[in-house]
Amino acid sequence: MGDRIARLTALFFACVLIAIVVLLVYELLWRSGAARAKFGWHFLASSEWNPVTEEFGALPFLYGTVVTSLVAMLLSIPLGLGAAIFLAELAPLKLSNSLTFVIELLAAIPSVIYGLLAIFTLVPLMREYIEPFLKTTLGFLPFFQGPAMGVGYLTAGLVLAIMTVPFIISVSREALLAVPREQREAALALGATRWETTWQIVVPYAKLGILGSIFLGLARALGETMAVTMVVGNLPAVHASLLWPGSSIAAAIANEFGEAGGSLYPSALIELGLVLFGLTIVINGFARLMIIATTKKGSKR
Amino acid sequence: MLARRKFVNVVMLSLTGVCTVATVAVLFVILGALIVHGASSLSWNFFTKLPVPIGETGGGMANAIIGSAQIVGVAALIGIPIGFMAGIYLAEYEDKKFAAIVRYIADLLNGVPSIIIGILAWALLVVPLHGNSALAGSIALSVMLIPIVTRQTEQFLREVPLALREGALALGASKWKMIATVVVPAGSKGIMTGMILGVARVAGETAPLLFTAGFNQYWGGLKDPTASLPVMIYKLATGPYDEWHQQAWAAGLVLIAMVLTANILARMILARGVSVPRG
Repeated sequence: MGDRIARLTALFFACVLIAIVVLLVYELLWRSGAARAKFGWHFLASSEWNPVTEEFGALPFLYGTVVTSLVAMLLSIPLGLGAAIFLAELAPLKLSNSLTFVIELLAAIPSVIYGLLAIFTLVPLMREYIEPFLKTTLGFLPFFQGPAMGVGYLTAGLVLAIMTVPFIISVSREALLAVPREQREAALALGATRWETTWQIVVPYAKLGILGSIFLGLARALGETMAVTMVVGNLPAVHASLLWPGSSIAAAIANEFGEAGGSLYPSALIELGLVLFGLTIVINGFARLMIIATTKKGSKR
Repeated sequence: MLARRKFVNVVMLSLTGVCTVATVAVLFVILGALIVHGASSLSWNFFTKLPVPIGETGGGMANAIIGSAQIVGVAALIGIPIGFMAGIYLAEYEDKKFAAIVRYIADLLNGVPSIIIGILAWALLVVPLHGNSALAGSIALSVMLIPIVTRQTEQFLREVPLALREGALALGASKWKMIATVVVPAGSKGIMTGMILGVARVAGETAPLLFTAGFNQYWGGLKDPTASLPVMIYKLATGPYDEWHQQAWAAGLVLIAMVLTANILARMILARGVSVPRG
């Protein structure tokens, strides 16, 4: 009897988790209903965002979310993979473990602190030195034209890169450590250098896990709110140049939701949330599938 | 040819070291900047006084510190028991298919951007109560806390050796007695660690509090808009005044000191040699 009660209690609390997610999906769908009914699929393609005339289109925010996340990935993949290779293949296990702890602390730092630092240190640096430099050297490309204000897609992407690197490192490192020792020994015995062994044998073997870590980082970048809000400039517009201020889905919700009056305006913001929700679920799903696939096979060093 | 291969080897391996140093350096840059800019603004008043209008000196952010403690405390009271029991279910009462669904849902919830959790709490509490409240903020944070605690509890319960369970059952204990008196105490260190890390993580969250707990210049009760340390940092850092920026740095230093202390504490609770599984 007691056993049945205990079992049912535990089951009940497990069901609470399911109820939360069902409720979340329901609220997002229901409360975005007005905007979905009015704009339909056109919502995703329109770049008009005007609370006064109640015209809402998601494109500037979708674009900003994707562009800042891509910039972040472009920077954090090489950096994270490099560090993961060092920690898994070169560093002695003790050093590797303590450095990994430091990197995991980085992942624990609240995003508002990244935003705080970015506003007061990174933005002036970008405005005074890096962006003028990019304009003079790479200014012929459409990505590096326009105003050098310090805030914008590039700065937001840079902050996101710093924030996602710890995730890429710690999951990639696990994936690399799960590659069987024999793989390395075989390559080394055939005369490959340490780097050739790593790059041609170990990394391909762990590629699913590494890909998983990248998707994990990407999902985090897409949903990151505070750090982006504080440095992206919050301009609902689409610009090809990375130097321009822009916005992102999460930034728009953070900035405007508290003051959104009427019924259509909050509804449009919640539809933005629905889009972001769908995006992160898909990316996280990919990440999980890949990570499960790799960490199950090999044996740790 | 061989010389070239050896050269590439050395260059690439050094680059991986550079990547590591660069990443690790970020932590020290962050800590250094916070100490340089924030330490001078920390004073007794900072922890005990309310914010003062621009131009006056001697203000603090006691309301935000207490507000954070209140919001996070209530969130922990709601989230930890639910997450803990769900974790027990996943580890001990596995009905294969249903448990897989719950596990998937927990991971899904863990990956939902925190701003969207804010929308959920807004819809559930801010709309019916016609205004921001500390309780709405607590609900938002507890929704984030539940999946973290669930997965950590499950992971550490799974590490408890089968022999312990068999021993308890062989002595005639019923299943729930075995779980309550043998399995959970055996896994308690890890479970505690998971809870501390989870609470530390949600304590630093800003986005889900923006339009749930909101902001308040004064003290807030459970049903009032309430200031929290992260939202305070956001308001001060994006505001126009230098005095505010100074305060933001100081508040950032306090927040990061709390988060890092919790993380290091969690690390110390775990016995040496046991790695911290990620949720």
